[in-house]
Amino acid sequence: MEKYLYIALFAPLVSSLFSALFTATPKKIFTGIIGSSLIFTSFVSSFILLVYILQGGEPVHVEMMTWMATGDLYIPFGFVVDQVSVTMMMVVTLVSTIVHIYSIGYMDHDKSFNRFFAWLSAFVFSMMILVMSDNYAGLFIGWEGVGLCSWGLIGFWFHKESATWAANEAFIMNRIADLGMLIGIFLVYWNTGTLQYDGAFEAFKHLDTATLTWIGIFLFIGAMGKSAQFPLHTWLADAMEGPTPVSALIHAATMVTAGVYLVIRSHELYDLIPHVGLFIASLGTFVALFAASMALVNRDMKRIIAYSTLSQLGYMFAAAGLGAYWVALFHLMAHAFFKALLFLGAGNVMHAMHDELDPFKMGGLKKVMKWTWIMMTIASLALAGIFPFAGFFSKDTILEAAFAEHHYVIYAVLLFTAGLTAFYSFRLVALIFHGEERYKIFGIHPHEAYRFMLIAMSPLLILAMIAGILQEPFFNMVEEVLNAHEYHIHSHTTLWIMLVGTQIFVGLAILYAYKKYARPGIKVPDGTSATENSFMYKLLLNQYYIPYFYEEYLVKPYREISEIFWHKIDLKIVDATVDGVAKLIYATGENTRDMQSGNLSTMLKWMVAGTVGLLVLAVVFGLAVRYSDEIMVILSGLGVM
Amino acid sequence: MMEIGLNHYLVLSTILFAIGLVGVMRRKNLLLLFFATEILLNSVNIAFAAISHYYGDLTGQMFAFFVIAIAASEVAVGLGLLIVWFKRHGNIDLDTMTSMRG
Amino acid sequence: MFEAIAFYLFAFLTIAMFYIVVTTKQALYALTALAAGMIFISAFFFILGADFLGAVQIIVYTGAVMALYAFGMMFFDSTRDVKEKQGNKFIVVGLATLAAVLVVVIFAAPMLSENIVAFYPQLEGVGNTQQVGLVLFTKYLIPFEVAAVMLLVAMVAGIVLAGKKMDLSLTLMNAEEIEEAEEKNKKVLS
Repeated sequence: MEKYLYIALFAPLVSSLFSALFTATPKKIFTGIIGSSLIFTSFVSSFILLVYILQGGEPVHVEMMTWMATGDLYIPFGFVVDQVSVTMMMVVTLVSTIVHIYSIGYMDHDKSFNRFFAWLSAFVFSMMILVMSDNYAGLFIGWEGVGLCSWGLIGFWFHKESATWAANEAFIMNRIADLGMLIGIFLVYWNTGTLQYDGAFEAFKHLDTATLTWIGIFLFIGAMGKSAQFPLHTWLADAMEGPTPVSALIHAATMVTAGVYLVIRSHELYDLIPHVGLFIASLGTFVALFAASMALVNRDMKRIIAYSTLSQLGYMFAAAGLGAYWVALFHLMAHAFFKALLFLGAGNVMHAMHDELDPFKMGGLKKVMKWTWIMMTIASLALAGIFPFAGFFSKDTILEAAFAEHHYVIYAVLLFTAGLTAFYSFRLVALIFHGEERYKIFGIHPHEAYRFMLIAMSPLLILAMIAGILQEPFFNMVEEVLNAHEYHIHSHTTLWIMLVGTQIFVGLAILYAYKKYARPGIKVPDGTSATENSFMYKLLLNQYYIPYFYEEYLVKPYREISEIFWHKIDLKIVDATVDGVAKLIYATGENTRDMQSGNLSTMLKWMVAGTVGLLVLAVVFGLAVRYSDEIMVILSGLGVM
Repeated sequence: MMEIGLNHYLVLSTILFAIGLVGVMRRKNLLLLFFATEILLNSVNIAFAAISHYYGDLTGQMFAFFVIAIAASEVAVGLGLLIVWFKRHGNIDLDTMTSMRG
Repeated sequence: MFEAIAFYLFAFLTIAMFYIVVTTKQALYALTALAAGMIFISAFFFILGADFLGAVQIIVYTGAVMALYAFGMMFFDSTRDVKEKQGNKFIVVGLATLAAVLVVVIFAAPMLSENIVAFYPQLEGVGNTQQVGLVLFTKYLIPFEVAAVMLLVAMVAGIVLAGKKMDLSLTLMNAEEIEEAEEKNKKVLS
């Protein structure tokens, strides 16, 4: 079994290194093909491991080599495949394989084709390290690795100023959160003496609540950055500057879920500090509503889907915070499938519409792009939580958990957000695929994507539809590991009212969206209508002015301070000192050059002077040696020696 | 004062050596520079002979012999070079010999 | 007592002579003063009982070396006053004195503190010359021979440097070449 672990782990690395050999050469299609094949190999290995775990096998635990063994600190490169990590591995490898195959078609005309696959496979490798590691340090390595690859992929088209800015924003925000995470890791080591999961979790049981609270909070700060929770959320929407496959892989299915994974993995910690869990759940709920509200009015197709991701991440954190870790993991899995499908469908639309992003400029595309329409509609249905698609099983269980734990406020907010989710998802679908064909005004001739890309997306489609039936086996698999328990609402009728009521509420939202946006006669908004100038609309469209706030009150003053430090301190003091040393040496040389006048008489004088100097030294030292005892007496009298 | 000891000779040697050094440092004419070098060598000879006398050892005198021999050969070669230089440049003033200026 | 008078007299004379050598502006005076100083130094050697050394000093130094200098002086225009640019006198004199004192202090220090055992002690009843001969040709034979070679080399060097047409070798050329060289020389001279 270990060999499957290593294959699953290192196949993406091989793919990345192989593609990296060709980054400077023009597009070579075999980089994409070999990359996809290697990731597929990783997927097959993960599947074998999944079957093994499902059949009741023991978690596979290997220690590849020692990383650090200094003093009391022992950190190995260790990997574990248990129920939680095998779930993540399946999700990651499946979506990665599909995205790799899709990218062969999507990045068809891009001249940095090879570089894309190098970065993409490197990302998969980092993510695998993150989920397979058996200690916090290995997790952090993967954490940083995905941050780096995300930077490289968001800023893939680095000639664009906006892309590099977005990449830097993502990386820096992640970095800020990583500080919190590092402090958390330090605290774990300080208080438990080990960073291994099993060792640390054992030791947590004996620590006092205050320490555990701090550890939990700091680790969660790290998760906040990676999973874009408020207030570190602005990078996710801007990350849409990257190519769409990147958004599908990283910002829907894998990287942003790393934060959720961290919380799920550390569930033994969070079980001990339920008040922190409640804070996490509340924050998650807030973010769910917050993001959904911003998606209501947005006019950028990928941004809408990005806010949707943000909102669903809020759901996952709400579940994890309430102690329903298995539900969070299940929703993570289901969400990965339909969100990736949504993004890839959006990629098809973008390609067809020559990178146009405003859905108001599209319309009636279902005639031309039938399969994409079907896939995006089904994905949106899954997202909205309509029975029998995947989202229903995961989202509704979250709502049940909230209700059963008597957190009615959380329940209400999440329910309302579900309605908003349905509304904006179908607003998007309606604007793009229904109604009259507004794109004709702009002279665009859309066509469906390549057939192999559609075939590649089909597993996601199937999974989005049927993942619900996996809930029961999934629950059985993770039951022990995650302390899972089913949520029973005491009264049967309450349960039925909840289920049906939720479905009706969501269904109404969908119908309202269709009514509003699928009718003919929709014009491209140009800033003059009353809706556009209303306060709420502007507030939501500008993301509550939070990016503006960050720019004005955080970025600009920081830049000012940096300039001051550069001009006043670095240039004037540090550089001056270094240059001063050099200038001093140079001046000394220049001035002593006069000594070499070529005049023998002068040189003879210098010779005698030098000899006299040496002789004086010789006499002084000789005398010092001769009278050393007396000198020691005098010096000790003075208190020097 | 009356009793001449080794110290007297050494003081004399010191004075002569100092005079020689002054000459070496002061003189700008190369030939006169050689004269000053001779003075240096002679002062050292006096010191050797005096020490040899006061310690009853012949080593000092031996050394003085060899110093004289070397001084003689040095003068021969030095003068030869000086003549060649004079033929080429026409004067032997140190202040004009600055071709090795750094 | 005589020793003291002789010492002080000769000391005074020597210092005076050498002072003239160092400070005079006329080269001929310097030469003469140097020769006189050499003689007075040989007087010291006789006082110290180093007879042979004294004789050698007169013959070699005053005789040969000063004669060499005198011949050399003939080349240069010695009636002219030597023009000298004076540097700072105090530095020069001060440095020189300091150097001299330090050298003596360093080299005399061991001797003044310990008992020295003589390597080659002077024997009673034997003249100085004989003693010198004994030591020179037994213990100091190798330095003696080496000094002889060195003198030979110096002699050859002096001749080559100062002689005319020293780049040709008359013994290695045959008669025609010698005549050719003389023809060329005549043309150059006339």
